[in-house]
Amino acid sequence: MALSDQELKEIAYLARINVNEESLTSLKKELEDILGLFEELNEADTSQISAMSHPLDLSQPTRKDEVTEENLREELLKNAPSVKSGLFLVPKVIDGDN
Amino acid sequence: MDLHKLSLNQQLNGLKEGDFTSTELTSHYLDRISKLDKELNSFITVTEDQALLQAEAADKRYKEKSNLALDGLPIAHKDIFCTKGVLTTCGSKMLSNFEAPYSSTVYEKLDNEGMVMLGKTNMDEFAMGSSNETSYFGPVKNPWDTEYVPGGSSGGSASCVSAELAPVATATDTGGSIRQPASLCGLTGIKPTYGRVSRYGMIAFASSLDQGGVVARSAEDAALILEAMSGHDSKDSTSLKLDKPDLTKGLDDSIKGMKIGLPKEFFAQEMPAYIEKSIEEAIEVYKSLGAEVVEVSLSNINLSLPIYYIIAPAECSANLSRYDGVRYGYRCENPKDIEDLYMRTREEGFGKEVKRRILIGTYALSAGYYDAYYLKAQKCRQLVANDFSEAFKSVDVILSPTTPGTSFKSGEKTDDPIEMYLQDIFTIPANLAGLPGLSVPCGEYEGLPLGMQLVGNSLEEAKLLQFAHSYQSNTDWHKKMPNI
Repeated sequence: MALSDQELKEIAYLARINVNEESLTSLKKELEDILGLFEELNEADTSQISAMSHPLDLSQPTRKDEVTEENLREELLKNAPSVKSGLFLVPKVIDGDN
Repeated sequence: MDLHKLSLNQQLNGLKEGDFTSTELTSHYLDRISKLDKELNSFITVTEDQALLQAEAADKRYKEKSNLALDGLPIAHKDIFCTKGVLTTCGSKMLSNFEAPYSSTVYEKLDNEGMVMLGKTNMDEFAMGSSNETSYFGPVKNPWDTEYVPGGSSGGSASCVSAELAPVATATDTGGSIRQPASLCGLTGIKPTYGRVSRYGMIAFASSLDQGGVVARSAEDAALILEAMSGHDSKDSTSLKLDKPDLTKGLDDSIKGMKIGLPKEFFAQEMPAYIEKSIEEAIEVYKSLGAEVVEVSLSNINLSLPIYYIIAPAECSANLSRYDGVRYGYRCENPKDIEDLYMRTREEGFGKEVKRRILIGTYALSAGYYDAYYLKAQKCRQLVANDFSEAFKSVDVILSPTTPGTSFKSGEKTDDPIEMYLQDIFTIPANLAGLPGLSVPCGEYEGLPLGMQLVGNSLEEAKLLQFAHSYQSNTDWHKKMPNI
């Protein structure tokens, strides 16, 4: 299972993880080795099998739409790296002339 | 008195009888931690002040005769369980400054029974690892020999219980993270049926496989704590709608006439002679107790490792997308734009193994590959589960080694991810099928312990513990503790 540099960079971008050029080669080798493991699965006949969703085959439970928790806004903001006026602060997201 | 030599039930009786107080018991363990943990590094945070307050409250309840079921017993919690107002890092730089705003259900349940938290234990980063070498807070040492690893990912929990720095600890298991370190540290570790213990507030790695459990010094101790941790929780949508099971009542029941299955696929593999010998001896013990031993076949079991390394990274890549440097956790310095903030925060905040798995998972889930990898793996997973269902029509438990060997030296497997992944070859299948599994000490080789694994049918934790307890009532392996 061979990965190209370009493919690896695309995956890293999808995962939003910066990968520096020096580590590309070793990382690629590690990932290729792991992907190589997966080929064993091709031999398994799964034509009559449906994919497992829960080991005990439960259906998704629902509950009434009721308020169960108080507002934890202040508590939660305490862990934020940067906050302004009760909002999470990040670098400018929308580009514009001004 | 060597309070740390007492079993949980003995400690509980001592507290009830007034032989010692919870404050004395708790201080005893805190002293041991401060003396011995510098070398082992099994704790990330020691919650000394809080522990003493909890102990004091327990003592007060004993005095007023309003004590709770596990009142005043100390416990260490794996740092994957959120504990309100206490640093909860999951072994990662990404959460190295995270104080949980709420507590996990597991913590709450044990707190409600009066248990005293000694601290939060070290672990492989985001529970990804089998040697506790991927922690941002440094590697954990095996108390049996500090040149060796304690196993992972619950390496801190196993190391501290084995060194008797805590009488028992919570742990989690996605592919073997309770049973493998239990085996490598000479402990009894149990992962219950998927859905038995709430995952609420337990930091997610691979949600369809993660399950909380315990590492303890005996099946009897493990039963006591697992029972208190179990039960339905409406805050976890995968939690089973069942009351907590009674895990202690049947511990002493005879296993006479019950059937143990040996999966021929496991035993066909080459394994070190000392493992074969220990397992054979354990089988003889069971036979002498009246159990019947038969061969079973789990014909798709060899697919387990590749299935796991598709499903676990796929789910991890989705779960760990929440660490974006915006709402909590680590953020890189001076991001030039939002994209740079995400990319560098995640590059700097995650360790090597975590990034490797996120990339594998992202690849397996990406357009064009989903059917070939994730969907195929989920189908193969069903095949493995079907094999177990078939086997449990004729046997009560399935016995195998827990690990392919005793512990290994620090650094020995860090450069070869696949070599490390093979540590979990015997433990992964139970996670894939959602079945309960436990490891109990059954031997020793060159001064290092090793364990055997028992896997049970869904919801049959009580039977597993009964098997483990009857073995421990007739052998001494679990009583051996490291000299530190």
